[in-house]
Parts: sequence; structure tokens; C-alpha cells
Amino acid sequence: MTKPDPFLLTRRGFLTTSLGVAATVGLTACGAGSAGAPGASQAPVGAGGAEGYDGPPVTLVYWNGFTGGDGTIMKQMVQQFMTEHENIKISTNTLQWADYYAKLPSAVAAGKGPDVAVMHVDSVATNAARRVIQPVEDVASALKLTAADFATVPWQAGIYQEKRYAIPLDVHPLAFYYNKAVMEKAGLDPEKPPTDAEEYATALDTMKSKGIEGDWATPFPFTGSMTVQSLLWQYGGELFSPDASTATWADEPGVKAMTWYVDLIKNGNSPAKIAQDADFVAFQNNKNAFNWNGIWQLNALVPQKNVEWGVAPLPNIGGKLATWAGSHQFVLPTQKSADENKAVASRVFINWISQQSLEWAKAGQVPARNSVRESAEFKALADQSVIGSQIDNLHFAPAVAGISDAMAEWEKALNESVLGTKEPQAALSDAAGRANQILEANKKKYGG
Amino acid sequence: MSATTTSGTVARSGPATLSRKKESRFGGVYGSWATPYLFLLPYLILFITFVIIPAVFGIWMSLHNWDFLLPGKPFVGLENYTALFDSSSVQFEPFWDSIRATAIFVVASVPFLIVLPLGLAVLLNRKFPGRTFFRATFFAPFVLGVAVIGLMWRYLLDPSFGAVNGLLNAVGLPSVNWITEQPWAWISLVGVTIWWTIGFNAIIYLAGLGDISAEQYEAAELDGASKWQQFRNVTVPGLRPVMIFVITTTILASANMFGQSYLITQGAPGTSTRTAIIEITERGLSQYRMGEAAAMSYVLAVFLGLIAILNFYLLREKK
Repeated sequence: MTKPDPFLLTRRGFLTTSLGVAATVGLTACGAGSAGAPGASQAPVGAGGAEGYDGPPVTLVYWNGFTGGDGTIMKQMVQQFMTEHENIKISTNTLQWADYYAKLPSAVAAGKGPDVAVMHVDSVATNAARRVIQPVEDVASALKLTAADFATVPWQAGIYQEKRYAIPLDVHPLAFYYNKAVMEKAGLDPEKPPTDAEEYATALDTMKSKGIEGDWATPFPFTGSMTVQSLLWQYGGELFSPDASTATWADEPGVKAMTWYVDLIKNGNSPAKIAQDADFVAFQNNKNAFNWNGIWQLNALVPQKNVEWGVAPLPNIGGKLATWAGSHQFVLPTQKSADENKAVASRVFINWISQQSLEWAKAGQVPARNSVRESAEFKALADQSVIGSQIDNLHFAPAVAGISDAMAEWEKALNESVLGTKEPQAALSDAAGRANQILEANKKKYGG
Repeated sequence: MSATTTSGTVARSGPATLSRKKESRFGGVYGSWATPYLFLLPYLILFITFVIIPAVFGIWMSLHNWDFLLPGKPFVGLENYTALFDSSSVQFEPFWDSIRATAIFVVASVPFLIVLPLGLAVLLNRKFPGRTFFRATFFAPFVLGVAVIGLMWRYLLDPSFGAVNGLLNAVGLPSVNWITEQPWAWISLVGVTIWWTIGFNAIIYLAGLGDISAEQYEAAELDGASKWQQFRNVTVPGLRPVMIFVITTTILASANMFGQSYLITQGAPGTSTRTAIIEITERGLSQYRMGEAAAMSYVLAVFLGLIAILNFYLLREKK
């Protein structure tokens, strides 16, 4: 019984060796030359992904939540990657985002996590704190990715406690969709959507006089929460204090934002008490003129032949240009046993996709990579580039572990305000009180 | 002691020396003492693995700040329980709000789910052409998953574009905010639940009705009992055991309501239809506060246990 298990020893020895190799290669990677280009797999050494991968054939498991039209385009990109990289096979697993976020931690804990994964920016900090994902500082340096390559906001958002955990793929901002047919019916110029508070109010009044409710206010997070968040930033507010220890959404800008939104109903520009998605359904059925919705809705609108619509940056209601945005980010889930080949191949994959993000833009996304976003090809995608023009005014939730727990309280305040069960000030203050308790508890839990 | 010795002797001396008496005690038609346990074993293994062990582990979790991925799972004693009774804690308000929502749903739905299926069962128990078809029709919704019925009614009840309001408008009635305003949200959830599960309870009642012998009705009729008196004095007492089962399982099912309000109202308006199970699920599986969630589950379980005991006490056979 006391005799050591020879198999275990061998295995441990093997692991030690491969870890050593990993460290050596990692070091080499830092000194490696040019950043990998598409089809660079012929390069001699697999230096942290920077010079491609020429090891034995590997299969990478890749998880994402692209279940919509974006999934088809991601699949094509993965296919293309595999044709260019004969020794890397990608096995994609696409789940609903909600299931994905529930399954990923369990899979990682069981040592069955994927090699590469995509995550929304507001989940990065929580998953970093829970050690579901590993730092990717080495990827960024090996691939010579720097802040200069990416839009500032999504690049900064991948950092948790001064370490980088994510490489941005895209940003998906809110945008201002307008229904040209409805505008025309009300006698408005369909080519001139309102751009500020005054024009917006005039347009709504004009439509109201024709019996049209022009901007339906939804009590649900998609996309009521994003709309009011954008308004809050426009009025110069913040959701949280700079250290994210308290919720500041009940301050004046937040109340102004929520009041403006609720007043759409009070002023007769929106029906009261609508259900999830009714605002966008009404828009598609020529019943609603204005809708602040995500860039992802391009996938829903482009194929529709009987809706005449346009898209513009969000109008400036509060006095300062600001727009809510989310971002898809590449992450490397924590592995119980390190496999150097897979580690290198994963990095090659991330770099390749990141450079192909023009293709990805066609899925209704704004590329995070500057070179792609500023290219003539992206500018040729008219709708995407209009929405992409907001890139410098984007706001994300702070990179704090468990921030979505606090945001759930904001969403309750939205629901209560819009459904009229509470006044905006009371709803926001109550929610902020609860959020503060949650933030404090999270600080204790995650040691932030 | 002596039994052990005897059986030991038996084993050593072999079957040839077995007496008749011993054959009946240790083998033969009555089987070995282990037989019942062997028959129970397959279920017992599942029961221990998936019910007993998680339940005991849950108590252990509820005494900690438990996140399965964080290295530190500090022991907090009864803090997760006392917080539920401390009005200044984070979880106090959401927990009791969700318990209140659950109680409202139980009180509003259980009477209908007991009485309507009984009436339906009595109707479907009569002989008429197409009886089997109607039995199948009323049972049909129950075979659908909650995701299917939830999504379907979510669309049908949509205040702006739903078919239900469309029908109301067609006959000149105003629209109703079925899922975004109280009390309509509760009315919708209770209504959908009745439509969905009425067939299940009705089938149980039907089985119970089949067990009441026809002679009892004949006797009652000879004594001049009216149809209503027959129902009161023959049908209802005859269904007592079935009734206890139906009431107990219905209360538990209603108290565990999750899918309907998660999918149809999303807990809105405000948090008014956010049930205890939604609260526990979100706390445990999306905020990863599994210790707190486990404590909530145990408090809920104690409530439900008390209600079940009360139910058995009230419906006991009165001598």
C-alpha cells in the first residue's frame, strides 16, 4: 500500500515537464517577432500564438452563445480558420447565453471546460474573480496587442484587478432606429431623424397630434434598461461611484433619465404597461416610430422587405453624447491540466478571429479592433458604421465582480417606474439602497 | 443471537439438513429476509444519491458562505438563517416578498385546482359518446412542458399584440394588461396553471371515482337521495384518500411554482410575481450565494412540511 503508484508518478512527471515547456515557450513568445497574420501557420515556432501553430494536430473546444444569425457567420469564420490551419480543428459548442453562463463554471470546476470561449464584458470580472477564466496578459503581449489596436472602452473593460482576462472581439452599442413609414405618415421628414432633445420632443408631439404613439417605453431590461442607462450618462450621471462601492443612479441625472423615459407614457407618446419586446414588434409593424435598440437588431430588420427603417446614433437628450454598449470578449477558461499545444493553438485562433472581425461585423457588430473598424470595407457596411461612429461615447458597466447582482436592482427600479407602481425617485432610491447592500456583500465575498 | 447461530449452522451443514420449518423462515415461498430490501434497493440507491445526500449536504452548505468555485467557503454558523429574520439584511426583503407572492399563488390557485378537476372528473365519469376524446382533450395540456405553455401564453396574453386582447376587442371589450398589471398578472398565472394542470388532478379523481362501488349509489337512490345528496354523501367520502393526495400534491406544486411567472410575467410588475423558487434559484445559481439559497430552501421546506401536516390532520378519518 505504501508503494507509490508508478502511473501517478509518470503522470506528475509528464505534467511538470509540459509545464516547463510551457514556461519556456511563453518566455520565447515575449521576444517573438511580428504579430501573426492570417494564414501564418507556416511560421517556424508556435510562440504563444504570435507565429502560428505547427505542432501535432489538436482539437480545440470552443464555446459561445451565438444562437442567432451571428452564429451562422461565426460558423463560417471557424470553417475558414480550419481551412487555413490544417493542424487545428475547432469543435464549436453553441448554447443559449443563459445556459452558457450557468454551465461554464461547472464545466471548468469539473476540468471539462472549453479551450476558448466568448463572454460578455460585464461577466468577465465575475468569472475572473471566480477563477473560471485565466489571465491572458501573455496573449496580449505575445500577439503585440496594445491599447492602440483597440477602441479604448472595450480594451480597458477586459482588465480585472490590474490583470487582463479578455481580448475584445466586438462592441455592440445601442442605436436609434426610426421607422420611415410612420414618420412620413405623421408628416415628418423620414431622412431627418431627430438628433437632440428639442427635435425629439417636436417629432413626438407631431406624431401625437396625428394619433401616433411614437416611442414605446418598455419596463423590461431589453432594451429599456440600456435606454435609461444611456440617458443617465447623457445627463452626466454614473451608475456607480468610481470604486463601485455604492450605486449612484438615484442622484439627479438618474432621476432625470428615468423621468424622461416614464414621461413618454405620461405625455401620450407610448402606451402604458407594455410587455417584453412589444416596442420592437410595434416598430416592425409600423406602429412605433422610434426605438432605441441594439445593433444586433440589424439581423432582424435587414431581411424584412415591408419595413422602411433607418438607423442613427442615439440622439443627445441629456446634453452629453453617451451610449450604452456591450462587448463580446475572448477568454481562456482555466484548465485543470495544462496542454501546451492547445494553449498555443487557442491563442492563434483568438488572434486570427480578431483580425477577421470585419467578417464578424456583418453579423451586426462593431469590430473592437481599430484597424478593422477604420477600414474602407467596414465603412462600406453603412448601418454598422453609422452605429460604430458612437465608439468614443460608449459606456459599459464597471469591471467589478458580481456587478450584475447590483444591476438586477436597477432593472427592478425600471420595471416599477415604467409600470407606475412607484415614482422614479422612490424606485431608484429603494433600488440603490438594496444595491449598496449587495455591493458591500460582494466586496466581502470576492475580496475586491 | 440464537437465530444467527442457527442460520450459521444451516449454512455449514448445507441444505440437505434443512427442516420444513426453517425452509419457511429462511427461504421458500416467503423468500429470504433480504428480499424486500433487494426489491427496494434500486430505488433506495437513487433516493440516497439524489435526495438524502444533497439534502444533508444542503444543510452543511447553508452554514457557510458557499460558492463552489471560490477557495474560501467561510463557516458562518446560523447567520444565513438569522439574516432571513433580520429586517436590515440584504436577503430579508426579497425573501419575504417572494414568500408572500408564493402564498398568494397557493391561496389563489389551490381551491380551483381541487374543485374544478373534481367537477370535471364527475362529468367525464358519466357515459356519453366521445367521452374518451374529451378525457384526452382535458389531459392534453399537461403533457406539454412549462417552456411550451409559458411561451405560448406569453404571446397570447401580450397586452399590445396578444390574441386574447384581439378577441376582446373584436367583441367590443377593452384591452386588459394581462401580464403587466395587478391583479391581472395573478389572474393570468392562476388561469394558465389551471388550464395546464386540470387534467392531471381530474385523472386522479377519475381513478378514485372508479373505486366507489355502484351498489352504494343504488342504495342511496333506493333511500331517495337526490343527485346532490349522492355526491355529498357517497362520492366525496369515497374520494377522501384520493382527496388527501390531490390536496397535498397540489399545494406543494403551487408552492414550487417557477416556470409560469419566470416565463410569462418575468416576476413583474415590480417583483410581485417573483416566487420563492425564482428568488432561491437566482440567489444560488446566478449570484452564487449557495449558502444563503440553501438556508432559504430549508425555511421554505419547513413551511411546506407544516402545511402538509396540517392538511393530514384536518382530513384525518374522524371516528
